Amino acid sequence: MKLAAACLSLGLALVLVNRAEEKTTVKEIKLPPDDAAAELKPGPGVEAVRAQCAICHSTDYIVRQPGGDAKRWEAEGKKMVTVFGAPTSDADAKVIVEYLASRYGPQAKKSSHSKAARLR
Amino acid sequence: MPFLHPLQDSAERDAILAGGPLVRYPEKANLILLTSRPPQLETPLHYFDRAITPNEAFYVRYHIFPIPTRVDLATWRLRVGGLVERPLELSLDDLKTKFPPTRLVAVNQCSGNGRGYFEPHVFGGQWSNGAMGNAEWVGARLQDILRAAGIKPGAAEATFNGLDEPAAPSVPDFVKSLTVQHLMEDPDVLVAYQMNGAELPMLNGFPARLVVPGWYATYWVKHLSEIMVLDHAFEGFWMAKAYRIPDTPCGCVEPGSTPARSVSIQRMNVRAIIATPKNGARVALARPVTLKGVAFDGGYGITQVEFSDDRGATWRRVELGPDFGRYSFREWSALWIPKTPGYYRLMVRATNRAGESQPIEPLWNPGGYLRNVIERVDLTVA
Repeated sequence: MKLAAACLSLGLALVLVNRAEEKTTVKEIKLPPDDAAAELKPGPGVEAVRAQCAICHSTDYIVRQPGGDAKRWEAEGKKMVTVFGAPTSDADAKVIVEYLASRYGPQAKKSSHSKAARLR
Repeated sequence: MPFLHPLQDSAERDAILAGGPLVRYPEKANLILLTSRPPQLETPLHYFDRAITPNEAFYVRYHIFPIPTRVDLATWRLRVGGLVERPLELSLDDLKTKFPPTRLVAVNQCSGNGRGYFEPHVFGGQWSNGAMGNAEWVGARLQDILRAAGIKPGAAEATFNGLDEPAAPSVPDFVKSLTVQHLMEDPDVLVAYQMNGAELPMLNGFPARLVVPGWYATYWVKHLSEIMVLDHAFEGFWMAKAYRIPDTPCGCVEPGSTPARSVSIQRMNVRAIIATPKNGARVALARPVTLKGVAFDGGYGITQVEFSDDRGATWRRVELGPDFGRYSFREWSALWIPKTPGYYRLMVRATNRAGESQPIEPLWNPGGYLRNVIERVDLTVA
């Protein structure tokens, strides 16, 4: 019995060694999901933004921008359509720009990690 | 020479930095999250107290989604084609065995490093100063690969494409180009398959990436899979429209204005980064404070780093660490003993072998590129 067990464990060990020596040619990683903290502010048009903009990129590309006026966001939206081929209708684009300019306007962004605040 | 009050313009520098949360990605330490999809992860500043940036702390920046998350070396090939005598299909083993391995320490810095400090603010990744890293790369010289393929007469540029392919055909694939002249004159351009003694992390371009020493990271194409030699200048989006700087000697324009003409960004300018102490720190009177950081440039090599505690009126040279070559970070360190209580501004500037240094006021351009203003930290001594 003891011998059998020893043989068995030796066999098992050999299998394990062989497995380890079998060099894998594959490297694979799994990405974490989008950052939940980058949730869009509520407001009219937020559904359109979620449906259109978040096809290609996470919403932190919006919420972590410095903020911009309608002209700035319109330019950004135009780039997404003409350069990156976003399938956004003109009507949706208008709603999206209005939402972004009102919720992520030029003065909207205030850093909560103000170094100046820490100095005071 | 302390100030009596905290400095008003500290707020300007605080900028709109994302202040993003720390996140853990595969093969990575905790990094600062700018964006999830495609991922942009920033290296925390404290890692720049040393010359070599650990692989797990090395920043991450992608342009299009999806990004490669699985590579099978049994099928991965680097294809070399276009205007060549002998098109090549190289496996990773081919890269390692058919060309002499070449070792090089070089800084990889995102063109937009420090963009978050731009005033007026500009759109784009709101990086602090951690969109950079320095590693020892081992790879095949691109020159050797191109010689093996045999460049035909009339070749003007080579394009570099990686495994990242856009989900929709409307999205411009991330492809960069360099002139054949640059490639044949610079023996240090590598196809690197080793980073700090290990294989490349997936998020830094496994299994191989282009290393273009001295040039901004936009050219260091990750997951490199195709090199095409062309008889003309490449006009793809990521060359012709993106990564453009004003066609002026400083690469800058009046803040908020639009440049008349633009050119592709290329070589890095001179910078010195302060890793420690942190901006806003409180330190004790009459106790030595250790300042540490790194300095680098676009390949001339750093010759001196200086420190000022009197708003730039006087400067003294600081200690430099070991020299790992002209493309590497150069560590610097200094001991500073505050003798009077109050508010201090410490500044550090570097100079390279060509005599180039750093501006006292930040330069501006609409892309948020080339930032190299003299860095400073404000300290309270009590």
